[in-house]
Amino acid sequence: MNEEQSFPPISVEGLLAKVCEFRDQGWRLVQIGAAAVGDAIEVTYSFDLGGRLSNLRVSLPAEGPPRIPSVSSVYPCSFLYENEMHDLFRIQVDGMAVDFKGKFYRTTVPFPFAPRKS
Amino acid sequence: MPRTLIPFGPQHPVLPEPIHLELAVEDEKVVDVIPTIGFVHRGLEKLVERKDFQEFVYVAERICGICSFIHGQTYCQAIETIMKVDVPPRARYLRTIWGELSRLHSHLLWLGLLADSFGFESLFMHSWRIREKVLDIIEATTGGRVIFGSCKIGGVRRDIDPAAFQTMLAQLNEIEKDMREIVEVFLNDSTVKERLVGVGILTKGEAHALGCVGPTLRASGIAQDMRQLGYAAFDEIPIEPITRPEGDSHARCSVRCAELFQSVDIIRRAIARIPAGEIAVKVTGNPNGEYLARTEQPRGEVAYYIKANGAKNLQRFRVRTPTFANLPALVKMLPGCSLADVPIIVLTIDPCISCTER
Repeated sequence: MNEEQSFPPISVEGLLAKVCEFRDQGWRLVQIGAAAVGDAIEVTYSFDLGGRLSNLRVSLPAEGPPRIPSVSSVYPCSFLYENEMHDLFRIQVDGMAVDFKGKFYRTTVPFPFAPRKS
Repeated sequence: MPRTLIPFGPQHPVLPEPIHLELAVEDEKVVDVIPTIGFVHRGLEKLVERKDFQEFVYVAERICGICSFIHGQTYCQAIETIMKVDVPPRARYLRTIWGELSRLHSHLLWLGLLADSFGFESLFMHSWRIREKVLDIIEATTGGRVIFGSCKIGGVRRDIDPAAFQTMLAQLNEIEKDMREIVEVFLNDSTVKERLVGVGILTKGEAHALGCVGPTLRASGIAQDMRQLGYAAFDEIPIEPITRPEGDSHARCSVRCAELFQSVDIIRRAIARIPAGEIAVKVTGNPNGEYLARTEQPRGEVAYYIKANGAKNLQRFRVRTPTFANLPALVKMLPGCSLADVPIIVLTIDPCISCTER
């Protein structure tokens, strides 16, 4: 097993075009996940084609709040991941197919995974 | 025709766990659906800040009360890959055996719930009666019935001796015979077919576009199963994904029924080939790196993303569960169906809200 994995960076502006390329080549969206790393938030898009995994990594500044375009026009199933990123990390996702407006998860603390100010 | 909004869940007789569907219906026909989860979000991913990476195996196992073992296994695989730990072959085989026993009891549990949802109570009880026999094997070999506590980073905590393997094989023969009887009813009984055939159709294209996984994906004709990646002992025990072309509720039931016998076959092959030797290696140091591990849970592909920076506590731990990936498909299957078919269609993705609300 132990497939080689890389997380190549991509700009926010180039994201949609690259995701369209993946869709057109037949890749399945495996997941979209965020991680707070220092003062930034890394958003990872993972795709599968016949068992091969490929990733894209967008880095966002935590201040702002961070904004990213929705890919739900390309992969309709992405709206769940995007609402999750909003509710846990305070990432503003523009153009989601279904926007739960912060009510996707009922958390006691708002945006519990967002980077804390030091 | 006027539309009526009907709330389905989060408390509903067919749902053991909370998920809410806002159903827009015209007469008895569903025309639109909006799903809502998040009623019991547990924030387990946040616990990596308090539990070190070795202790966290126990947390990962508790993400789900049904497929707990494979959660722990996937977490261990991700850490082992980052730390370049070579798991002993015997441990990889033992993981395969316990993983397939988990699939057996999960599918039997689901078959029982499905039978219950369309009012076939005796079939429900027979399914769960057989499941108890699988749980007995798990209890005899791990000490637990649902939470095994047997997987650890670097291998497994317990071995199975040759006598126990012989007992297991005899029990599997009995279980297989019992399963043949109920599967015959699930697949061929006219009342069951009446409720399942042609209900909740998901085409191959829709299943792919919506990111479906597991039996939900394979019942729409796509041959994808993460066991083909060759994790645990699947590099030496290859499998062929079981598919159906129809994409309806009966096809999803049919795939799971066939996977019962596939799991029994895998366990037999694993027992026949299991090598002697150590069951764990010592793991020293802390992980540093990132990895996205994928395995095949009973409900489909689970993805574990782990990021570590050399400290005892991980930087990020994230799980994408199979139910989370199958929810968009549910939204696609429901419009056009009869209101009475909603519980059955919801069940056919085998929703696990415990996993989803990790």
